[in-house]
Amino acid sequence: MPDTADILRLESLQVHFPIRGGFFDRVLGRPAGAVRAVDGIDLNVGQGEIVALVGESGSGKTTVGRVITKLAQPTGGRLLFEGRDMTSERGSSTLRPYRRRVQMIFQDAYQALNPRHTVFDIVAEPLRSLRLVENHSQLTERVSEALAAAGLNPSGDFFPRFPHELSGGQRQRVVIAGALAVKPELIVADEPVSMLDVSIRAQILQVLVDLRDKHHMALLFITHDLPLAWLIADRIAVLYLGRLVEIGTADQITFNPRHPYTVALRNATPQIRGDADRSKLPALQGEVPSAARVPKGCRFHPRCPLAFDRCKEEEPPALEVGPQHMSACWLTK
Amino acid sequence: MTEPSRSTALLLNVDGLSVDYKLKGLSSRAIDGVSFALRAGEAVALVGESGSGKTTTAMAIAGLLSPNARVSEGEVRYRGERLPINDDVAMRPHRWSETSVVFQGAMNALNPVHRITKQIAEPCILRLGLSRSEATVRARELLELVGIPADRGAAYPHELSGGMRQRVMIAMALACRPSIVIGDEPTTALDVITQAQILKLFGDLRSKLNLALILITHDLSVVAETCDRVMIMYAGRIVEDGTVADVFAQPKHPYTQLLIESIPNPANGKRMIRPIPGDPPNLVNRPSGCAFHSRCPSAMTVCATEVPSLDEVRRGRVACHLHRPLTQEDKVAIHA
Ligand SMILES: Nc1ncnc2c1ncn2[C@@H]1O[C@H](COP(=O)(O)OP(=O)(O)OP(=O)(O)O)[C@@H](O)[C@H]1O
Ligand SMILES: Nc1ncnc2c1ncn2[C@@H]1O[C@H](COP(=O)(O)OP(=O)(O)OP(=O)(O)O)[C@@H](O)[C@H]1O
Ligand code: SF4
Ligand code: SF4
Ligand SMILES: [Mg+2]
Ligand SMILES: [Mg+2]
Repeated sequence: MPDTADILRLESLQVHFPIRGGFFDRVLGRPAGAVRAVDGIDLNVGQGEIVALVGESGSGKTTVGRVITKLAQPTGGRLLFEGRDMTSERGSSTLRPYRRRVQMIFQDAYQALNPRHTVFDIVAEPLRSLRLVENHSQLTERVSEALAAAGLNPSGDFFPRFPHELSGGQRQRVVIAGALAVKPELIVADEPVSMLDVSIRAQILQVLVDLRDKHHMALLFITHDLPLAWLIADRIAVLYLGRLVEIGTADQITFNPRHPYTVALRNATPQIRGDADRSKLPALQGEVPSAARVPKGCRFHPRCPLAFDRCKEEEPPALEVGPQHMSACWLTK
Repeated sequence: MTEPSRSTALLLNVDGLSVDYKLKGLSSRAIDGVSFALRAGEAVALVGESGSGKTTTAMAIAGLLSPNARVSEGEVRYRGERLPINDDVAMRPHRWSETSVVFQGAMNALNPVHRITKQIAEPCILRLGLSRSEATVRARELLELVGIPADRGAAYPHELSGGMRQRVMIAMALACRPSIVIGDEPTTALDVITQAQILKLFGDLRSKLNLALILITHDLSVVAETCDRVMIMYAGRIVEDGTVADVFAQPKHPYTQLLIESIPNPANGKRMIRPIPGDPPNLVNRPSGCAFHSRCPSAMTVCATEVPSLDEVRRGRVACHLHRPLTQEDKVAIHA
């Protein structure tokens, strides 16, 4: 893929958090380690491209999003936006224009909304602080437009409400409206439709796809839901314990996964219709993965049905397995 | 769909429950005449559009409605006893050990200044009368049960991922061995593998301890895997109720039909899903007749004026003028 068309690039991105040992660790003087939330990720998002980032709970998806939106500082690697190194940028003179161009839809709709602000003020806030409107009628129009795009109709009904006066899915849509109102060039959407029913979900996804089609907006769509990733994305990147284990087109990852973890993920995705066989629970065994105790060698080896000796010692590199398709497994050649 | 449970005692009876919210002097009815029963060991799903009243139903049953809400009609009985759902203090002895709730957005309900293990241990000390060290042991076990290494219990909530916090809330809800768990989107933040582990845990508790489950979710595959029965809500009313197999294979209510049709299915290459046209109805100025009539492809003249009641039909219940309720003779014929 041509570099010039990339709006976003992550190079060997790493985010480690110092560990908080339990009482026993402190008493026994065990060494404090690190939670390796993000542990060396290379990823690019093209202009107007939709990339889905999938992975299990705790695999580092939100942390990647927080680095991109400058809410978390990486401990290693680089964050490039249109080729410009943003890793250590802090000044408000660079960050304000950056925030206008890059917005995040937060995973936790309960935490993301200020409980003392009305829906109107919540959606209006970035428009005011980024000085995107000239007068109040413009402001009202932008807020109204964004709420309607997020499926909150008639939008005026929601203006004076406080977050606790909304249902869960309505809150989530206020968070979405906040990001849409800014009209950014890149949205990092962290599980943006998790609390929405299929119909409203379809409506929101259509809005995001339209923004890409008409305004060439790029989207990093974080989700734990493989069918949803397939539905919206051009490419899917699969994260496991802080590392990308596979990346490819949406169809390749969904229908022809190569990495054993992606295969397990696909096999565990239940049939959506009512004839689901509930005895077909996933085959993955082994200890619960934890970013605080990343296994040596291939980090998937304790749960991998195909693991062999080498996997316990050496970490496999990401290798090309087809056009635009990479997998990090010793079995892929 | 599951093996018969040991006892099917009636645990919960929700009868004609209606809740109004007051906003700026205007009252809106969020749920209207909700009635259903729940037996020990049973798992019932509550499914419906965003804003259709699922959380309000759950909160009303647990006696946890917000201050601007009022139960205007109906009652809730637990093992035959009427619950004081309008009185927060009087409800306290019933929470945690009888009915516990995994709140929607639970990931934000944890106390930010206490370590995880301590927060799970707290209700065990208060309700089960455990000592602090016993409660800590139980908390560590519960963490492992929901797939979080017990050592991570030393962390503060902000140090855990969204899905990990959600699982901590599930562990807390299970801590005092309740007879009913109401899970309000309890697995929305979880990937399929972690989710399957939690659903299996619920399944084990159902078969071993006869736990009853009310599962609120948008994920119909979770419903299919976990529940025996499903109730569909639209604009504050239950519009369909039946076994999971019946409702998924032969949905009766037009809303249910559209809902099931709009599920994306990678297996047949159906990519972009089609939303149900139109907007959810305004709860302050409720439409007359059937609340779905402006969006319903089968609407008839009667639908604009008469509210369809939730009637028993051959298999289950449905509120739609297209479906004729069972007559006395039908009922006799079925039972004969
Ligand atoms: N501020 C922090 N301090 C310490 N550890 C953290 C912090 N934030 C995240 N972590 C840890 O980093 C790992 C990755 O967390 P992250 O929130 O990125 O996961 P995620 O993929 O978004 O998971 P989920 O799907 O559950 O939301 C987890 O083990 C988490 O506990
Ligand atoms: N405290 C409140 N004050 C006023 N209105 C409220 C309040 N809480 C909820 N509502 C309204 O009541 C209706 C039902 O809300 P409820 O939270 O029960 O929906 P829900 O079915 O759980 O939706 P979701 O799937 O989005 O969580 C919604 O229209 C919501 O806006
Ligand atoms: S490298 Fe080995 S352990 Fe890792 S995914 Fe491949 S086969 Fe499994
Ligand atoms: S009652 Fe009428 S409008 Fe309502 S769902 Fe049935 S057919 Fe449609
Ligand atoms: Mg997350
Ligand atoms: Mg809700």
